[in-house]
Amino acid sequence: MTPPFNSFEFGVVVAMFAVVTVLGFVATRWRRGTTLASVEEWGLGGRRFGTAVTWFLLGGDLYTAYTFVAVPALLFGIGALGFFAVPYTIAVFPLVMFAASRMWSVCHEHGYATTADFVRGRHGSALLALLVAITGIVATMPYIALQLTGIKAVIEVIGIGGDWPLWIAFIVLAAYTFTSGLRAPALIAFLKDILIYIMVIVAVIYIPYKLGGYDVIFHRANSALAAKGLSTLLSGSQYLGYSTLALGSALALFMYPHAVTGVLAARSRDVVKKNMSLLPAYSLMLGFIALLGYMALAAGVKPVGGTATSPDTNTIVPALFNSEFPHWFAAIAFGAITIGALVPAAIMAIAAANTFARDIYRPYFRPNASDREEVVVSQIVSVILKLGAVGVIVGLKLTFALEFQLIGGVVVIQILPSVVLGLYTRWYHRWALVVGWIAGMGLSVYMLYVTPSKTAAHFGSASFAFSTWGLNTKLTIWTGIIGVAANLVVATALTPLLARLPRGRDETSPGDYAEEEALAIPFRPGPAAGQA
Amino acid sequence: MTHEPRAGLRNRWVLVLLLVPLVATLVPEFYNFTAPSIGGMPFFYWWQLLWIGGVTACVTIVYLATRRAR
Repeated sequence: MTPPFNSFEFGVVVAMFAVVTVLGFVATRWRRGTTLASVEEWGLGGRRFGTAVTWFLLGGDLYTAYTFVAVPALLFGIGALGFFAVPYTIAVFPLVMFAASRMWSVCHEHGYATTADFVRGRHGSALLALLVAITGIVATMPYIALQLTGIKAVIEVIGIGGDWPLWIAFIVLAAYTFTSGLRAPALIAFLKDILIYIMVIVAVIYIPYKLGGYDVIFHRANSALAAKGLSTLLSGSQYLGYSTLALGSALALFMYPHAVTGVLAARSRDVVKKNMSLLPAYSLMLGFIALLGYMALAAGVKPVGGTATSPDTNTIVPALFNSEFPHWFAAIAFGAITIGALVPAAIMAIAAANTFARDIYRPYFRPNASDREEVVVSQIVSVILKLGAVGVIVGLKLTFALEFQLIGGVVVIQILPSVVLGLYTRWYHRWALVVGWIAGMGLSVYMLYVTPSKTAAHFGSASFAFSTWGLNTKLTIWTGIIGVAANLVVATALTPLLARLPRGRDETSPGDYAEEEALAIPFRPGPAAGQA
Repeated sequence: MTHEPRAGLRNRWVLVLLLVPLVATLVPEFYNFTAPSIGGMPFFYWWQLLWIGGVTACVTIVYLATRRAR
C-alpha cells in the first residue's frame, strides 16, 4: 500500500539532494593535492584529514542508514533484542583503539592503502591477501544495499511508486564519487551530521512530549510487543544472542574496507586514537534514534509499502516523522536520512573499489598498471559495486534490513585472524591462516544457508538457532562468532604442524607499528602543506 | 632510565579501564530489569545509554595516559 504522493516533501528532498550534489562536485577542489590521479588522493583524500574531519568522516562512515532506519525498525519489530546496537557501538571503541592505531602506523610507514595490502606485506602471502580483498568486497555489498534500502524507505513514505528515484540517487552518487573520491563524502558528512543532530534532538524531545513522556511510550510499546509474544526486556533465551550480536558486530566493524579507509585517511596516529574517545558521541544519537522504534509503536504508526501481510518495517522512522511532525520538518528529516545513507554508501564503494584495484587488478591482471590506471579502475569499480548492491536487495529476501549488515559481518569477520592477530604477532603461519579462513568461511556460509526467514528458505538471518542442529533449546547465536572461532582454532592448530613449510617474508619491522607521523612528514613531497 | 618502566607499568594498569565498559554492557544478566526506571525509562535502557558516557570517559583516560610525550 503506497501513501498519497506528497509533492511538497518531494520538492524539499530534491532540493537538499541538489545541494549535496553541488557539494560533492565542489569537493574535488577541497584541500586537493597536485592531482587526483592516485589512489592516495582519490581514495584516501591524500591521508591528511585532521581530528575534526576524521570525526565527521568516520561518523558518516560508521553511523549509517543502519542507525537511522534499520535499528529503530528492529526495535519496532522485535523489541529489546534490537537494542544490541547500543552495546555494539559501545564495545567497538575500547576493542579497536590500539589495533587501529597500530594499523594506521604500519600502513603509513609502508604506503598500504587497504587491509589486503597490509596482509600481503606482513604475511608474505599473495593468496591470503587475495582472500582478504575478496572478503572485504563481498561483505561490503550487503552493507551498501542496506543504505539503498534506507533511501527506498523514504521514497515509499513520500508516496512515490516504483524504483526510479533510487536509480537517480544512484547515478548522482556514482557521478560525484567518481570525480571527487573520498573528499566528497568527507565534505558532505558535515552537512549530514548537522541535519541528523537537529532531527534527533527535536524528535526525542517533541515526540515524547506529544505522546505523554517516556513512561507512556515504554508502557504502550510493551503492550504492543506483548501482543506478539515479545517484550521491552530480553527473554532468558535471548541473552546469548544479544551479547554475541553486540560483540560480533563490534569485532567485525573495523574489518570492513570502509572503516579502514576512514582510519587511514587520518593525518596522524594521534588523530585516530583521539577519535576513538570522540566517536561514542554518535552512539548516544544511535541510542535515542533506536527508541524511535518504540515511539512508533506507542503512537500506533503503521509501516507503509511492502505487502498487506508483511509491510516494509524499514519505513517505520519516515512514517513516524510523517505522522507526528508538520510536513516541512518531516521533509527535512527525510533529506537527512537520504544524505545519511549516501555518505556511507560512497565511502563503502570507494574503499571496496580501492581494494579491487590495488589487490586484485594490479597483482593479477596488470602488474605494470600506472597510478593513473589504478584510479580509473577504482572509479569504474566503485560504480559496479553500487550496481552489485542493488542486486543484493533484489536477491536476498530478509525480514529486517539490519540483517544485511549482520550477514556482511559474518563474512568480513573471517579476516580478523589474519589482520588483527597479524598486527600483534608473527607466530601464525600463512598457510594456517589460509586454511583457517576456508574452514571459518565454509562453516559460516553453511550456517547462513540453513537459516530461513519468513519469506525465504536460505540466507534468511545471521542469528543461528541451535535447534537447527537438533539441540532442544531456543538459544540463538550470531553466526559469525562460531565461524571465527572455528577459523581461529584451525589456524592455531595448524601453525605448529606447518612449521616445515616456508614462511612468508615479513616486510614490516616491530618499530613500524608504533610509528608517529612526525617521522614521515619530512619525506613527503607535500603539495598541500605549501598550498597558497 | 629508571622512570621509563614505571611509567609503562602504570600505563598498563590503565588498560583495564578498556575492559570495564565491555563487561558492563555485554552481559545482559547485569541489567535486564525494568526497575529502577528513570523518567519512565526502564533500567535496561538507561543503564546502557549511561555507559556511552562511561565508555567515553574510559577511552579518554586511556588515550591521555598512553599519549606519547612530545
